[in-house]
Amino acid sequence: MKAQRTLRHGLILGTFCLGFGIVLAISDSITVDDIAARAQEDRLNSLSQVIPASIHDNNPVTDTVTMKNDRNKEITVYRARKEGKVTGVAYEIFGSGYAGEMKLMMGVDAQGKILGVRVLAHKETPGLGDKIEVKKGDWILRFTDLSLGNPLPDKWKVKKDGGQFDQFAGATITPRGVVDAIHKGLELFSANKAKMMDIDTSKVATKEAH
Amino acid sequence: MTTPYRTIVRDGLWDNNGVLAMLLGLCPAMAMTTSATNALGMGLATAVVMAASSMLVGMFRNQITQEVRIPVFILVIASMVTLVDLFMNAWMHELYKVLGMFIPLIVSNCLPLARLEAFAGKNSTLPSLVDGLFMGLGFTIALTLIGAVREIVGVGTLFADASLLFGPAFKFMEMRLLPADTGILMMVLPPGGFLALGLLVVGKRMLDVRAGKAIQMGGAHSAA
Repeated sequence: MKAQRTLRHGLILGTFCLGFGIVLAISDSITVDDIAARAQEDRLNSLSQVIPASIHDNNPVTDTVTMKNDRNKEITVYRARKEGKVTGVAYEIFGSGYAGEMKLMMGVDAQGKILGVRVLAHKETPGLGDKIEVKKGDWILRFTDLSLGNPLPDKWKVKKDGGQFDQFAGATITPRGVVDAIHKGLELFSANKAKMMDIDTSKVATKEAH
Repeated sequence: MTTPYRTIVRDGLWDNNGVLAMLLGLCPAMAMTTSATNALGMGLATAVVMAASSMLVGMFRNQITQEVRIPVFILVIASMVTLVDLFMNAWMHELYKVLGMFIPLIVSNCLPLARLEAFAGKNSTLPSLVDGLFMGLGFTIALTLIGAVREIVGVGTLFADASLLFGPAFKFMEMRLLPADTGILMMVLPPGGFLALGLLVVGKRMLDVRAGKAIQMGGAHSAA
């Protein structure tokens, strides 16, 4: 009987699906806590590179606020606090590279000065564009201590575009994207300082000039 | 059907090597071989998936009917990949950070599916396990070779960052064979993958001809 055979195949396939489904569900419940812990460690690790331990006594991973960035993308802002006062924030910034989007993490102190920038993910050409990684070169470290007014806005570019930042031999688009992302990130901070720093908006009279 | 284990091992590692003879699984063989370390990691993860899924299919081969075998094979491979993904993420996190985004790609590698169809579906548990394991190890060897060629010619290093992937004990593997910035960058880019693979396939056939063996054309003619 044809119908009977079809039923049998369905049952076999169904049994295998059920069996593997159960195995996967059990494995997921075994590993879920460990995976969450690892993700937490990763985030703390990348945060500690852009927020020095000396400026905070809280755990920035748990002290967060979400907001929209200039591309209308939801980002998480991590706050570093010392004795309850926000001393700096870290958040993800995004740039357009040669091969798609680059994701970076930037730390900024309360005065709007860069504490550090690190690349989290990119797809740039190995050997050319990947010098933005701190593992492969110290280029990314030169942004530390800069701010929106230092250098002046028209110098926030790579040298090829008349700015002050070196491009790489054979790769201009990558550093251009990073410089642009950092500059936009600083603008985001200056425009949303009150929210990111958790300052009570009613008390903030004027926005800091730059 | 009984095949001696010696033949299974030989087939997997050399005679019928998944990449160098059958030209299967070319997607990871191109994408993951920009360095020998990545290639080795990807190869080992694939070998684990292949061994586990071959064993399972060998075990249940009498229950799996002809008509539903392909969906069941894919189900088995996908489940094994998910398990490897979960366990690596939880307990081998350093390795996972490097390989993580490539592990789901093992599902799309047609080599595991080809071995289930050609071998494990027709053989009992133990030979299937051996076949999956050694086909996977052969795949690992081929990937590592391609990765080594590309890395040496492309950037002049060998097994760079192996200690990041496998732990500090493997620091001894990291070598610099050519001075920095002298490599031919193209070898690390996609064209280099095809060049390295082509040359290695030629090399393997030349060795086989010299050894007086008939050149073995790929058992399966489809490639992914």
